[in-house]
Amino acid sequence: MKLILHVWRQKNPQDKGGMVRYDAPNVNEHMSFLEMLDVLNESLIEKGEDPIAFDHDCREGICGMCGMMINGKAHGGFKGTTVCQLHMRHFKDGDEIYLEPWRAKAFPVIKDLAVNRASFDRIIAAGGFISVPTGSAPDGNTIPVKKQDADLAMDAAACIGCGACVAACPNAAAALFVGAKISHLGHLPQGQVERDRRALAMVQQMNIEGFANCTNIGECEAACPKDIKLEVIARTNRDYIKASITERPETTTASAG
Amino acid sequence: MHGQRDVLGIGAHLQRVHRLGDQIAGADADDPAAKQAVANSTTITNKLLNGTGNRTVDSFHRELGKIVWDNCGMARNEAGLKKALSQIPALREKFWKNVRVLGTNEEFNQSLERAGRVADFFELAELMCLDALDRKESCGGHFREEYQTPEGEALRDDNNYSYVAAWEFQGEGRSPALTKEPLTFNYVHPSQRSYK
Repeated sequence: MKLILHVWRQKNPQDKGGMVRYDAPNVNEHMSFLEMLDVLNESLIEKGEDPIAFDHDCREGICGMCGMMINGKAHGGFKGTTVCQLHMRHFKDGDEIYLEPWRAKAFPVIKDLAVNRASFDRIIAAGGFISVPTGSAPDGNTIPVKKQDADLAMDAAACIGCGACVAACPNAAAALFVGAKISHLGHLPQGQVERDRRALAMVQQMNIEGFANCTNIGECEAACPKDIKLEVIARTNRDYIKASITERPETTTASAG
Repeated sequence: MHGQRDVLGIGAHLQRVHRLGDQIAGADADDPAAKQAVANSTTITNKLLNGTGNRTVDSFHRELGKIVWDNCGMARNEAGLKKALSQIPALREKFWKNVRVLGTNEEFNQSLERAGRVADFFELAELMCLDALDRKESCGGHFREEYQTPEGEALRDDNNYSYVAAWEFQGEGRSPALTKEPLTFNYVHPSQRSYK
């Protein structure tokens, strides 16, 4: 099939950028969306034109690297699908497709469709962890976890940190991402010790990074390729409010150990 | 690690890592080794960017992959490996003559990143084939067609090949040097695998 692509081209973070039209004359319906872009890039290089920059890595929907707005929808708008899992059979001959990078102040464009998501890394570094001695893995079932809790933790842990929730949100809020991380650890016994500190630190870092507040619109849940549910945001709010009231500064609680 | 037991020695290890990090951070850019590494990297980058070829990096990657897939896959034999060892250097030569990498070194350049990686893959592919040719036995999934039991199972030769092969780079265009790291098994000895 033949497609017409309108792609956001931006040389660097300072460049103003703009949409550029490309013809993709030989698109096979079995190609993934990224393979279609690979083929386009090959033809651009052969013509001596700068290929389109886009992020990708595993190409099987588990790494969180790929992501772009396709016709205004994060990852193309198909349920539970990342761009790499999106196949060209969803499009038809003659379609015009508009490609843009994630748009958010906290995700500055690096080039074309590639954005810098280091703000997510800094939110994780602020509290998305548990402090335990590393070493050999503990034996299974050493710490009993209820099946329901294990399931809820696992559902939240499915978040791959791609940033679609931020891109889909009219406020560019990171509430679904932060909620997924807080729920993942908060449902497990290992996550309880730092639960209050985690909520405070991650929310604080989220605000520092310039993500706006959640106003319960729900676009994030619809866009999430891993079907993270809105209830994780409620959990963040509960943990954050509780921690705001009860958490003491660390200096007053630490003593001999 | 105040007031905590450093049961696994992690604290001490982290301190060592931090010291090493400080040493690297404080490495002297004027050190001859640092200068040589920078010069080497700059030469390769410029060579990739200044080429006037007409083939993309991916086209070379695919062609190289096909050679390795066909001749150094799960089942390989002497003839195929020798063929690969003559094809890979020829393709490498074409790569350096004909590859086209656009853009500059001073920007986010995914083609340049890929070109550097594929340049390394040539070295790795050649070494893999060389090592596969050198090991005259079958071992697990590394099946040399010449070395099989009458039933078609992998035929091991632990008397001669019970070692890890560590190949040392000897410079561009020179054969790597083999260092054998022996594998010794005191209690459980490797033997012919049988599911019967």
